[in-house]
Amino acid sequence: MSGLRQVIGRGVVIQRSDVDTDQIIPAAWLKRVERTGFGAGLFEAWRADPEFPLNRPGADQARVLLSGSNFGCGSSREHAVWALQDYGFQAVVAPSFADIFRGNAISSGLVPAQVSEDGAARLGVALAAAPDAEVVIDVAARTVSVGSEVTEPFELADYAQWRLLEGLDDIGLTLRHEDEIAAFERQRPAHLPSVTGSASD
Amino acid sequence: MTARLFDKVWDRHVVASPDGEPPLLYIDLHLIHEVTSPQAFEGLALAGRRVRRPDLTLATMDHDVPTTGLDPVTGDGVIADPLAAEQIARLRANCAQHGITLHGLGSRQQGIVHVIGPQLGLTQPGMTVVCGDSHTSTHGAFGALAFGIGTTEVEHVLATQTLRQVKPQAMAVTVEGELPAGCTAKDLVLGIIRALGVGGGAGSVIEYRGAAIRALTMEGRMTVCNMSIEGGARAGMIAPDDTTFAYLEGRPHAPKGAAFERALDDWRSLATDDGAQFDKEIRIDASALRPAVTWGTTPAQSVSIDDVVPEPDSAATPAARQAAQRALTYMDLKPGTAIRDIAVDTIFIGSCTNGRLEDLRAAAEVIRGRKVHPGVRALVVPGSALVRAQAEGEGLDRDFTQAGFEWRSAGCSMCLGMNGDILAPGERSASTSNRNFEGRQGPGGRTHLVSPAVAAATAVAGHFAAPTDL
Repeated sequence: MSGLRQVIGRGVVIQRSDVDTDQIIPAAWLKRVERTGFGAGLFEAWRADPEFPLNRPGADQARVLLSGSNFGCGSSREHAVWALQDYGFQAVVAPSFADIFRGNAISSGLVPAQVSEDGAARLGVALAAAPDAEVVIDVAARTVSVGSEVTEPFELADYAQWRLLEGLDDIGLTLRHEDEIAAFERQRPAHLPSVTGSASD
Repeated sequence: MTARLFDKVWDRHVVASPDGEPPLLYIDLHLIHEVTSPQAFEGLALAGRRVRRPDLTLATMDHDVPTTGLDPVTGDGVIADPLAAEQIARLRANCAQHGITLHGLGSRQQGIVHVIGPQLGLTQPGMTVVCGDSHTSTHGAFGALAFGIGTTEVEHVLATQTLRQVKPQAMAVTVEGELPAGCTAKDLVLGIIRALGVGGGAGSVIEYRGAAIRALTMEGRMTVCNMSIEGGARAGMIAPDDTTFAYLEGRPHAPKGAAFERALDDWRSLATDDGAQFDKEIRIDASALRPAVTWGTTPAQSVSIDDVVPEPDSAATPAARQAAQRALTYMDLKPGTAIRDIAVDTIFIGSCTNGRLEDLRAAAEVIRGRKVHPGVRALVVPGSALVRAQAEGEGLDRDFTQAGFEWRSAGCSMCLGMNGDILAPGERSASTSNRNFEGRQGPGGRTHLVSPAVAAATAVAGHFAAPTDL
C-alpha cells in the first residue's frame, strides 16, 4: 500500500444516512477470493435506478464520495472498501462512520474523512451547485474542499493519518514488538483454552 | 479504584502501549471462515509470514455452504456453486497448510462460527475473541470482549495474534423489570436497538446489565449480544455469573476439575465493581416490551406486533423521516397498516442470532400439530450440525417437517443469502436473523425481523401473528 497525501477529483453525493455494507457490496460478491474486481458490484442494486448518482455523466471519474451519517454500518466485510476503491474512490466524506468500516478503510488506504453535520451540508450544497468542481482532500492538513468555495476540516486520528500518509504495513510495525508479544504469551493463565486438544485438569 | 467488566478484560490483554500508537491487544481466540479469510492468507503468503498461533485459531465453513443437497451427516456431495466451492476448497487448503483446526462440512462441530465457539466451550469469560464477521459480538454473552474485524485485521491476527485497537468507550444498557410472557431475548434486543438507534453504540462497548439480563439463559444472552453491532457497538458484554458457569461446565474445551475451580475464582472477579461509572447509559423497562416486528430497512425500525406501520412524519429528525419514507417504499407498506395484516411469503428460522437449540424448541412448540399456511415457504436452518443433531434427538425435526417446514443442514443460509437460499424480488419474509437491510436476503427481498416464536406463529397464520393468536 502506497502513501496518500492528497485526493483530487470529482465528487459524488449519495444523500442517505446509514448506508450499509450490504448496499455497498452485496453478499453475492463476497465469494471472490481476490481483493480486486468488486467495482462492478458497488451499489449494485441502487445502480439499477437511472437517477442514482453513480449513473450520472462523469461519475466514473469520481474520487470522493460524500454521504450521510453512520456510513458503512452492518457487516465487517472489507470488500465494501475494496469495491469503493476498485470503482475509483479514494475517500469517503461523512458526518460519522461505522467503527469497523472506518478501521477497514484505514487498513486499505481509503480516507474516511469525518466532517461535522453542518460541514457535510455545506459541502453537499457546493457540489450540487457545481457538480464538476474539483474536490480536494488534504490528508496532512485534514481538510476537504469543493472548488475554491468551501473548505471544511475533518477528523482523523493521528495514528490513522500517519498510516494513510506513509502507506504503512501494520503487521510490520507490530512485529517490532515481537519480544513483548512473546513475553505476554509466557504469562497467559493456564486455564485459557487451546483449539487443539481439550482442556486438561 | 473501580473498574468495569470491559476495563478488566481489556487491561489484561494489553501487550504494549507504544507512544502515539493504539495499544496492542492480545487475542485469545481467532475464529475464521471461508468468506473473509482467503485474502488474508494470500497476504500472509505474499509477505512470507506464518500463522503465529494455529492453536488459538479455529476455522469453520458457514457463510456460503449449501444447506440442502449434501449428505447432512457426512457432508458428501457436490457444491453446485463453483465460486462457493472454490472458497471452501481454499479454506481447506489454507487450514491444512498452516495447521489450523477446521470443522468443515461433515464434521459434527461444523456450523455458524458464533454458534460453535460457545458450543465447544472455547468462548470463556475474560477472553478476547475476534472473527472476520460483525456478529462476533455474540461471544460477549460470556463476559468476553469479542468483536468483528476486517480482512486486513484477520491477516494481522493470523501473523501476530494481536490487534491494534483504540480503546472504545463503555456504555451501560440497563434493563430492569421482567420480560412479559411471550417476549423473548430477540424482542428485548430489538427494543434496545429501537431506543439506541443504529448508530447509537458507535465507538462504544456495551455492557448489558439489570435484572432482565440476569434472568436470560446463555442462549438468550447470546441473542442480545449478537445484535450489539446493529446498534453500532462493536461489542456487547454481560458479566459472567452462575448461569454462565453452569453452561460452560463439562463442555469439551472448558477447564475441568481443579482447573475449573481456579477458573471460577478468576471469572467471578470480572464483574463491574460497585460504583463504577459508564461513559453513557440508557435504561430500558423490560416489562413494557411486546413481541417486536421490524417494518423498515434497519433493525432500529421496529414496533410491537400489536401496533401499526408508523407514519414517517412521526420520526424525530428530517433525516429519519426521509429514511422512514424510503424504507416504506422499499418494503411496500402503507402507514397505519396493522402489523398483523401484513402477509408473508417466507419464514426463515435460523442464523447466529436465533439458530440455537432453545430457538428451535420455542418455534417447534408453536408449530407442533399445526400446518404452515398454504403458499408459505418455511425453512429451519439449525445453527450448527450439533444443534441439528440435538434437535433431531428431541424429535423437533419431525415437528417441523410434519408442519410443512423444510429441515435443512447448518449454515448462515438466508440470513445473508450467499448460498442460494434467497428471497425472490418482492418476496416478504418473517426472519429470525439480524438484518433487514434492503436486499439482504436476496435482491428486492423484504425482510421483517422477529423472534422464533413469532416466526413460527406467522408461518401458521400466513401473516404476522403471536403464538397466542393461534
